[in-house]
Amino acid sequence: MRKPKLNPDKLVSMREAIQENVKPGSELYLEGFTHLISFAAAHEIIRQGIRDLTAVRLTPDLVYDQLIEAGLVKKLVFSWAGNPGVGSLHALRRRSQKDSASKIELEEYSHFGMVARTLAGSAGLPFWTLKNFEGTHIEEANPKIKSVICPYTGQRFATVPAVNPDVAIIHVQRADKEGNSQVWGLMGTQKEVAFASKRVIIVAEEIVDTSVIRSDPNRTLIPGILVDHVVHEPWGCHPSYAQGYYDRDNDFYVKWEEISRDPKTYQDYLNEFVFGVKDRQAYLQKAGSGLIDRLRAKPRKCEGVDYGY
Amino acid sequence: MDIEIKPSERMAIRASRELQNREVVFVGIGLPNLACNLARATHAPELYMIYESGTIGTLPARLPVSIGDPTLVTDSLAIVSQADIFQSYLQGGLIEVGFLGGAQLDRYGNINTTVIGDYDNPKIRLPGSGGACEIATHSQRVLLMMRMSPKSFVEKCDFVTSPGSRMASSRPSRYLGKTRSELGLPGGGPTKAITDLGVLEVIDGELTLTEVYEGVTIDQVKQNCGWDIRIATNLSVTPDPDPKLVALLRTKIDPENLYL
Repeated sequence: MRKPKLNPDKLVSMREAIQENVKPGSELYLEGFTHLISFAAAHEIIRQGIRDLTAVRLTPDLVYDQLIEAGLVKKLVFSWAGNPGVGSLHALRRRSQKDSASKIELEEYSHFGMVARTLAGSAGLPFWTLKNFEGTHIEEANPKIKSVICPYTGQRFATVPAVNPDVAIIHVQRADKEGNSQVWGLMGTQKEVAFASKRVIIVAEEIVDTSVIRSDPNRTLIPGILVDHVVHEPWGCHPSYAQGYYDRDNDFYVKWEEISRDPKTYQDYLNEFVFGVKDRQAYLQKAGSGLIDRLRAKPRKCEGVDYGY
Repeated sequence: MDIEIKPSERMAIRASRELQNREVVFVGIGLPNLACNLARATHAPELYMIYESGTIGTLPARLPVSIGDPTLVTDSLAIVSQADIFQSYLQGGLIEVGFLGGAQLDRYGNINTTVIGDYDNPKIRLPGSGGACEIATHSQRVLLMMRMSPKSFVEKCDFVTSPGSRMASSRPSRYLGKTRSELGLPGGGPTKAITDLGVLEVIDGELTLTEVYEGVTIDQVKQNCGWDIRIATNLSVTPDPDPKLVALLRTKIDPENLYL
């Protein structure tokens, strides 16, 4: 049983939202598959130094690699750990190989396995079934992957346990103050993660009146009754992106390979762009107006639909 | 134009020829991306491209660096959640062609993208499966794209991330020796490996050299393969690609030289 969260005004600052919801030892699911990754929230977690996190997402991406470099991650739960199209996640690599001085704990699935975990979590079930992993070592390397015999066909299926994170952080294009959230473009596992998590922080490019949400209800991915806090954070995803607002900063992802390869330049980056700024607005100022000019989305509006009857 | 054709260009062009117009293809990052977008720009304009990020009937206006690039969204036929992509599209059996590559490949088309060395104490920690395991499990056929070297075309993989025609590995497993049908895998598995030296086809469950590129010797292929590779009796020589295709790749498909 879950208590619906009915407070009509959940708007707080990023600092308050992180302080209130992310605790030492929390299981954290900062969502977004390439699209809508809240780097602003991750940077605030780093500034607050919240340790011993179990960090869960399909692609740790640069965002979790930075949490790892900052020494905040005890355990990483994932399915693909790389810098997409570019190279490795170097903080993770330095903590997961034979020659590593210290290691973090890893729990590994495939993408489908991770997605299935969120489906179970969102549906209030203890596990999910999928036809996968036979003929591989993935299930043997992860004892949490088990199997079940289908009561109808006798066929064997793999099972993965539900994930029910302590806190989800989900960036969306627009939300009202209650947290009713609309997303377009890639949707990753945002909806499933919101339903699966005990606490949900919505970070929005724009805060809109509820009438805007009600004018296009099919666009609503996450209902406000799941949401604990709402943060207004324009450009909160850079170097990730928000469809219709700003482009993915591919140049940054490419450049990151060089920055992150050497622990010294990695720390310099964190010192300058995370510890050296107090919030996202200061980050954007430091990055300079060239960034916004370079990445601001060119409009590509759709016509909308008729909800009349 | 530079006459020297790069191995990556040869691979992308050769792989694009494997794709038929209107086929439903699950597009991967890197060279498969180039091969699919080249096919779409030439003989397969209606190639039905699906990306694991959730874009269906994708029409990218620029070469995506990541499989989650915003250009994949604009103008696509549909955007779906990743639950839909993996459960309904892939596990549901709709994907006709999947693409895979990796750090290690064996003669049965098993692929390792997880670790080099021991799993708990690896020499090199690789990215892991991502969608590869389920692509190998469910696609009706799988095209492999990898450069040949004794380090990557190995007698036995250190870890099997994505299943080929028969499970094999230097690491123990209760699945060792089992074929796809014995494992109950729904998809057809790997059919061809497009490499920088030639093309290997899965014949009787084993990758067999069926084509070499012009100027490549059988010895060269053997030296770059970690197992004693079978050579087809009707081995053919693939002529150099049409310079127009090479130019198209360089000027239109990958003008920023992301993957070439």
